[in-house]
Amino acid sequence: MPNTHDVLFRTLSDPTRRALFERLCREGEQTVGALTAEAGISQPAVSKHLGLLKRAGLVRERREGRQTHYNAQLSALAPLIDWTSQMTGFWQSRFNALEDLLKRMDQ
Amino acid sequence: MNDTSTETLSVVVEREIPFPPEKLWRALTQPHLIEEWLMKNDFKSVVGHRFNLRGEWGGVLDCEVLAIEPHRMLSYTWDFAHDDAAYALKSVVTFTLTPTSSGTHLRMEQSGFRKTQKQACGGARAGWQKFFANLEQVVARID
Repeated sequence: MPNTHDVLFRTLSDPTRRALFERLCREGEQTVGALTAEAGISQPAVSKHLGLLKRAGLVRERREGRQTHYNAQLSALAPLIDWTSQMTGFWQSRFNALEDLLKRMDQ
Repeated sequence: MNDTSTETLSVVVEREIPFPPEKLWRALTQPHLIEEWLMKNDFKSVVGHRFNLRGEWGGVLDCEVLAIEPHRMLSYTWDFAHDDAAYALKSVVTFTLTPTSSGTHLRMEQSGFRKTQKQACGGARAGWQKFFANLEQVVARID
């Protein structure tokens, strides 16, 4: 799914967004206020980055009263870390080599 | 947040091979032939035998023969140990050979698991930073 990859890559290629995502991974749920306190950028800027992370499916928000809490959605990374697609390509190429070998064994 | 969740996945690759199972079996079980199509190895056709597959990239897989049915089925573990959970893998590879009118139907199934949450979190901490730093430059050029 190249589209999913594109969105994930573009979203996480920004160091500020990546730092926010990593912090949510490490420390669990956080409010915008708590994230802003350590991000070194303004609250609107943090909110904008969180919006992009949300659009990519990397974070989810949870409202509680006037506060919005953000959670990292690690499952969104699955398309990038799916070893099954890597292994399928690996075995396809090994089977090509196997067929070549069998042809040589014939002679 | 949950720190671990285990997910089992499997990969199936099938191929029609225009040679009989007996011949294919040799390529799957004789070390000098395995090396020609897969990797360097010290395989033996003995259940319980532990061996390594050594990749050209320098990686070493830890394997153990689990089951052998001559000319029909071969199964071994395929584990890759790594301090970083993002790279570690525990899996089982099973080859099944079925004779056909024109040769053999070869089916390979690899099933295994990784601790996905840990993998993603560990990856986010370690590998991702470097990976995305490089990627950033690539994406910057696209823009």
